[in-house]
Amino acid sequence: MSNKAIPVLATLSAIGFVVTLWLMYSFAPFDRALLFNQKIFYWHVPHAFMLFIATAVCGVSSLIFLKKRTAKWDDLALASAEVAALFGAAVLITGSIWAKAAWDIWWTWEKRLTMSLLLWLTLVGIVLVRRFAGASADRLAAGLAVFGTLGIPFIYTMVNASDHHPQAGAGGAALASHPDIKLVMWLGVLTFFLWFLTLVMMRVQSVAAEREVRELREKGLDAGVLS
Amino acid sequence: MSVLRQAARVAWKDLRIELRSREIVYTMAFFGGLIVVVYSMAFPVRPDLVRAAVPGMLWVAIAFAGTIGLGRAFDRERENDTMRALLLAPIPRLSVFLGKAISIAVLIIAVAAVCTPLLALFLDAPLFADPLPLVIVLILGAIGIANVGSVFAATLLKVRSRDVLLPVILYPILIPLFVAGTHATEAMLAIPANPDKVWYWIGFLGVYDAAALVLSLWIFESLVIE
Repeated sequence: MSNKAIPVLATLSAIGFVVTLWLMYSFAPFDRALLFNQKIFYWHVPHAFMLFIATAVCGVSSLIFLKKRTAKWDDLALASAEVAALFGAAVLITGSIWAKAAWDIWWTWEKRLTMSLLLWLTLVGIVLVRRFAGASADRLAAGLAVFGTLGIPFIYTMVNASDHHPQAGAGGAALASHPDIKLVMWLGVLTFFLWFLTLVMMRVQSVAAEREVRELREKGLDAGVLS
Repeated sequence: MSVLRQAARVAWKDLRIELRSREIVYTMAFFGGLIVVVYSMAFPVRPDLVRAAVPGMLWVAIAFAGTIGLGRAFDRERENDTMRALLLAPIPRLSVFLGKAISIAVLIIAVAAVCTPLLALFLDAPLFADPLPLVIVLILGAIGIANVGSVFAATLLKVRSRDVLLPVILYPILIPLFVAGTHATEAMLAIPANPDKVWYWIGFLGVYDAAALVLSLWIFESLVIE
């Protein structure tokens, strides 16, 4: 089914990119305090949304894989973990640039930054485990994803409760209040959601193909056809 | 109830092996002590800094020593492939897992019992001003590390790069535990001591441990199937 959907989704997200980019500069109001720096908001926020959606997909599919043991769910878990790690890196980089412009500091231990960083570290851990843990990599990565998902509410409570972290002023909340800004932002979220679907579907296909080749090779080895 | 009795039996088996060789306890405790000495050399020992830095030092020492002990405790089951025997034993897998977790929790508590007085001694930290909350925090921390650690160390048993991958997997999962432990210890050392905060983080640790335990019990079997 995803064979036909991928080109359609890719085309739609490409159109979305161009339209969002155009509206970002021509339609959305110009921020007087942050000037052009504010424009990164339209990339940063959609990336953050996708980070959380991809993480949720990864956690749920990992749990289903552990319980049901169907390779399909493992493919989805791996693909969404990789895509989530990618979007997470984008969130941290764009967030860092924005922080430099808005707060004049590249990194600060603010709530949202801390949470994104911890989430991203878990995701990178999943990708690393998948790549280097050999035969039991699928189970280990799924376990890490499930425990990582369990940790999210605890990390949330933790960063909210500790007065350890300095607050770096209001971030996006005040900025996002203007209706035109909101409109362009949601268009960006939609665009990146289509892009996210494209990426995950493509990766699921390639992971499934890799698995098929591996299984065929093992069959061939067992039958003595391959050496 | 019989699950718990069998778990206690598995734990007692592990602890008896350990009591005979004392390999893990001695090496872990020595390693923990070494870390404390390295801290005393690496960081300035000033009363104001000590109060802020000691909680982190304590939990990093427990994290490092705990990971080493975990890896070693499961390596022991690998050497003669006794893990297979343990899994084949006519007891529920749950008891094997619980027994392992209990014995490792005991080992980590033993290490904490060495590291904490050493930190108090070398850095002149007033850790024992109110010992009860400290003991509770350390025990809850040890249970959490042992619980999550056993799940993954058991799954990593057959993996070649398990020594590197164990911390890679454990630390992201255990971040809430380490941070809560550090905050609780920090609140104990603060002037004036902040008991409300201490008990808040103790409650946090308790809920975390309970949630992690429930999840481990639920997915342990799916993870370590051979």
